[in-house]
Amino acid sequence: MLSVNDDRLAKEQTTPEAGLLSMQTVEKARLVATKSTKSAPYSEQTLWMLAIRDNRDKRAFGLLFDHFAPRLKGFVIRAGAPAGQAEDIVQDVMLSVWRKAHLFDPERAQVSSWIYQVARNRQIDIIRKEGRPMPEALKAEAEDHEPDAGQVIALEQETGVLREALERLNPDQRDMIEKAYLGELSHSDIAEATGLPLGTIKSRIRLGLERLRHELKDLRER
Amino acid sequence: MSEQISHHIPDALMASYVAGSLPKPFALVVATHVSMCDECRANLLAHEAAGGAVLETMGEEPLSGDLRSRVMGALDEQIDVTPDVAETPRKGVYPGPVMAALKGSDPKWKKLGGGVRQCIVDMGLEGSARLLHIPAGRPVPEHSHGGLELTLVLQGAFSDATGRFDVGDVEIADADLEHVPTADEGQDCICLAATDAPLRFRSFVPRILQPLFAI
Repeated sequence: MLSVNDDRLAKEQTTPEAGLLSMQTVEKARLVATKSTKSAPYSEQTLWMLAIRDNRDKRAFGLLFDHFAPRLKGFVIRAGAPAGQAEDIVQDVMLSVWRKAHLFDPERAQVSSWIYQVARNRQIDIIRKEGRPMPEALKAEAEDHEPDAGQVIALEQETGVLREALERLNPDQRDMIEKAYLGELSHSDIAEATGLPLGTIKSRIRLGLERLRHELKDLRER
Repeated sequence: MSEQISHHIPDALMASYVAGSLPKPFALVVATHVSMCDECRANLLAHEAAGGAVLETMGEEPLSGDLRSRVMGALDEQIDVTPDVAETPRKGVYPGPVMAALKGSDPKWKKLGGGVRQCIVDMGLEGSARLLHIPAGRPVPEHSHGGLELTLVLQGAFSDATGRFDVGDVEIADADLEHVPTADEGQDCICLAATDAPLRFRSFVPRILQPLFAI
């Protein structure tokens, strides 16, 4: 199932020479695609996180900290942390981000999703003294797993769309969504809350997973 | 196997799982189902993205002056962090999260009557989760439950008034449903079942036995 965005992406790459589908055009599109894996079109956040993951880049970590730490503080205070402990939790989460950076995979999670997850896991550990059950990890994208730039960029775009959708909700709806993802609502409360449209991002992520499964199958069969 | 799954985890349960507010026995069912189902793994990641959007749009709180330097200063420290717990591998029909709940050992079955056996894998204030072993063609005693019951098929299949449930399928039964899940012929059925309230069996005898079986 292709999402709307796939069509949009495809269009953006071919529009200039639309109708003139020559080898030259194909070659050009290929060059654009190759170039995009090397540099620019990733968001700043993704580039920071990759620099942290791959080069243990402290300057990038500082930039990530400046962006996320004040939001994380707002987040943990809203999630019920006493003001006195909020900065300890922020410190703890940001250090977890640094230490667990090797687990970051931009094909599957945009930076904010990944940090959200690290933050929730830390808060759950603190409250419950035991972790919650976690699914089996998808095994070893292998060391040489080359992220698919199209997938990474599409996921960033979808996350942006989701953020805009959240900002467009009326204040009551938005408050409900925030409460849900802050862990303040029960599953039955959430069932009654009308929420964010997750359809497109779901199909986008699904495509990425299918690709990953395919790669893993190839690895096993080799 | 994943493409055959037709009964999935609903969005509200998935959002609650992602946010950490789901009772632990249900969280075990969700984690186990996601281990078997790509569609729900994608759904899980989508809800994490929604959580990320909430974080991203959260109002900023000013930080104390020294927090940044404290964190930056700690990057090189060899802090005594608890290492990531190694994942418990799946064994036979039991996915990793079930094996983790069993602490890596094989289930210790107890007879429940009618050839049905069970093994409690998690019990606490938030409810309980257990494995059920139902001989092929046999029913589980009719029961209703005070709260929600999630039943995930790990082997074989069962059917009840609401439909048929195959490997990987999750049945979601609310308090109103009195059902008689019956294992399909051919293969014994093994399920992971979780409730957030004690089960109530309909007939008198099982009811007085309930404290003994801790269900």
